[in-house]
Amino acid sequence: MTKVSLTLNGKPVSGKIEGRTLLAEFLREGQGLTGTHIGCDTSQCGACLVHVNGALVKSCAMFALEADGCEVTTIEGVAAADGTLSAIQDAFREHHGLQCGFCTPGMVMSTAELLKINPKPTEADIRDHLEGNICRCTGYHNIIKAIMAASGQDVSGIAAE
Amino acid sequence: MYNFEIEKPATIDDAVAALTSDEAQALAGGQTLIPTLKARLAAPEKLISLAGISELRGISTDKSGRICIGAGMTHTAVASGAGAYPALAALAGQIGDVAVRNRGTIGGSVANNDPSACYPAAVLASGAVVVTNAREIGADDFFDGMFTTALEEGEIVTEVRFPVPQQAAYVKFKQPASRFALVGVFVARFADGVRVAVTGASEEGVFRWAEAEAALTASFSPDALAGLQASADGLIGDLHGSPEYRAHLIGVLTGRAVKLAG
Repeated sequence: MTKVSLTLNGKPVSGKIEGRTLLAEFLREGQGLTGTHIGCDTSQCGACLVHVNGALVKSCAMFALEADGCEVTTIEGVAAADGTLSAIQDAFREHHGLQCGFCTPGMVMSTAELLKINPKPTEADIRDHLEGNICRCTGYHNIIKAIMAASGQDVSGIAAE
Repeated sequence: MYNFEIEKPATIDDAVAALTSDEAQALAGGQTLIPTLKARLAAPEKLISLAGISELRGISTDKSGRICIGAGMTHTAVASGAGAYPALAALAGQIGDVAVRNRGTIGGSVANNDPSACYPAAVLASGAVVVTNAREIGADDFFDGMFTTALEEGEIVTEVRFPVPQQAAYVKFKQPASRFALVGVFVARFADGVRVAVTGASEEGVFRWAEAEAALTASFSPDALAGLQASADGLIGDLHGSPEYRAHLIGVLTGRAVKLAG
């Protein structure tokens, strides 16, 4: 067992882990933050996306030990402390950008990185960015719409589906 | 996941020393290796993480004008930092998806030599030099068949040095589920000739298409490829495409790459 210490959603945390412990497992089982989902566990689906030092990464494809000393943000760190949703979360709720919700934490974390790099993405930009996020419910239409809305763009002309 | 140890050395020398153990395996960005371990396609007893080695980071230009990229640079870092070689930066920005690009490294990709990976095409078409802890290896001598390279046991890629062509482009036909290249073609035009490297297509991994190189050296135009047909012998056939389909794609994508480079 090795000790890992990192900043998780703004707070210092540490824990004993094995070399094989994935970051996703450390977050879910070690820290009880089960908002980070393990969907495929084969690096395809994007449900486990978190930010490590500000960069979007698949927490099922990174060992917890490699996050030692890093700043990690999960879906639990996105809303304000009083529970007020972030603009991205609010847009997903407002525009029905989810159905079962399993992929949503990854979608929100991915969107946050997109809007940091590209504050006014086109639909093509969004679809390109979401290549690594799989949703089996929505058909993506309302996810795209929610992201357009979250970036402050007019979505009144986009039909609800 | 089965149990194993991880070490995180801070220098290349310490990593090389750690890798002398038979059961040790280097871990770069892990975007291929970690899924491989989960599937038990490999089961080393010890992983040597290269992530803590600052010597493996950085992008610079050397005296002969080559772009020198540290092996630990992520695809995202190359996409934004290799602007002096736009075709290479564009290739890095098309690998996998955003999260893969934020972790995966050029050294890991080159050392793994996946037959469908993008970087081997850039390295081979550019006539780049792969630098290791022990020596320098020219691209033509580095790739040695599917998932096989000239690297010895325990040898680590430290840097890749790319001569910058006068014109170049990479075009890949994505396998949409994996986002690897079903076929990808990198065309690079230098003062002394054109090099064409093909990935994704061959059972032997990345290779140069000599007939297209000769035709494009004579005339750097998509029309120069008219009548040329890559051979389907030894090409990959799977549910995504037959060898003949891939052979056809090689010609089509080479033409598109020449057009894009122009």
